[in-house]
Amino acid sequence: MGLLTDLRSSISRATSSLFAGSEPKRIGIYGPPNAGKTTLANRIARDWTGDAVGPESHVPHETRRARRKENVEIKRNGKSVTIDVVDTPGVTTKVDYKEFLEHDIEEEDAVRRSREATEGVAEAMHWLREDVDGVIYVLDATEDPFTQVNTMLVGIIESQDLPVLIFANKIDLEEASVQRVSNAFPQHETVPLSALEGDNMDEVYDTIAEHFG
Amino acid sequence: MPEVTTDDAADDGDGIQIDMISAERMEGMRTMEKIRLILDGVHDDNIVILEDGLDPDEESKLIERTMSEINPDGFTGIEIETYPGNGADDGGFLGRLMGNDDPSKLTVIGPANRIETLHKDETLISTLVTRR
Repeated sequence: MGLLTDLRSSISRATSSLFAGSEPKRIGIYGPPNAGKTTLANRIARDWTGDAVGPESHVPHETRRARRKENVEIKRNGKSVTIDVVDTPGVTTKVDYKEFLEHDIEEEDAVRRSREATEGVAEAMHWLREDVDGVIYVLDATEDPFTQVNTMLVGIIESQDLPVLIFANKIDLEEASVQRVSNAFPQHETVPLSALEGDNMDEVYDTIAEHFG
Repeated sequence: MPEVTTDDAADDGDGIQIDMISAERMEGMRTMEKIRLILDGVHDDNIVILEDGLDPDEESKLIERTMSEINPDGFTGIEIETYPGNGADDGGFLGRLMGNDDPSKLTVIGPANRIETLHKDETLISTLVTRR
């Protein structure tokens, strides 16, 4: 285990050195639909800039375009890190407009939303390959994390050698299991939080500053 | 190399066509050729099984391409499962650094409206395939 620990530290230092410049790092918030990505992006943006990033909703694919909040300066323990927060559409391999009908959305609007959602997912994949410097991968801790989309996305992020944090969101809900999330991706640090309630945000910001600063 | 064609019986809705594609057949193909082979099969309502799977960059482009082909009147996307997954203990950046970079991963891909994963763990994928 010692070798692995040393190796992990070396990798951490190597990735940190990639971020030695003064430009804000673009941190993409990724994850499956309805994991709370926009709620987290809004929480971070409101806490440090006073503005929101975009509307939150329980309807899947509410975020259908990548949205960026620039120059979010996070100050921790005498240090500060400036990031651009990129809130991305939830990644999936399928979109059926009929799912929107279950949320009392008219058919024409549902078709439009599904078309925008597919474009948004494609755009999110493009950002991941070319335009982000680090990733916060948000999971709903009440859901099974062992899905193919999660496995593929984390694999894609790793293949890009991007620093990544796993955020186990919605810990305010009784069914949440942070352990299940950390078991799914033991190679990465898992941070529990509730973006909605603001639970454990101190650790969230400490970890962001440590990993992306 | 012969094209994969849809059998008449499967075309009539009498059965489910499964295309099992060997690693040898995929070897030497460019990314878009692989993606086209997969998506053409899925558009024909076939289940595509890859002996050797795709690499992460190809998976990323498969998702992107799939999204661009989704159509409210028909194609709703793909369901994809890979065995073994890389989540539990052997995959990831550290695994590759340690030389554990075996790319072989049996991958099952099908139309999202016909294939549903019932159960998945480290040793078993259980999938329900429905007819049209």
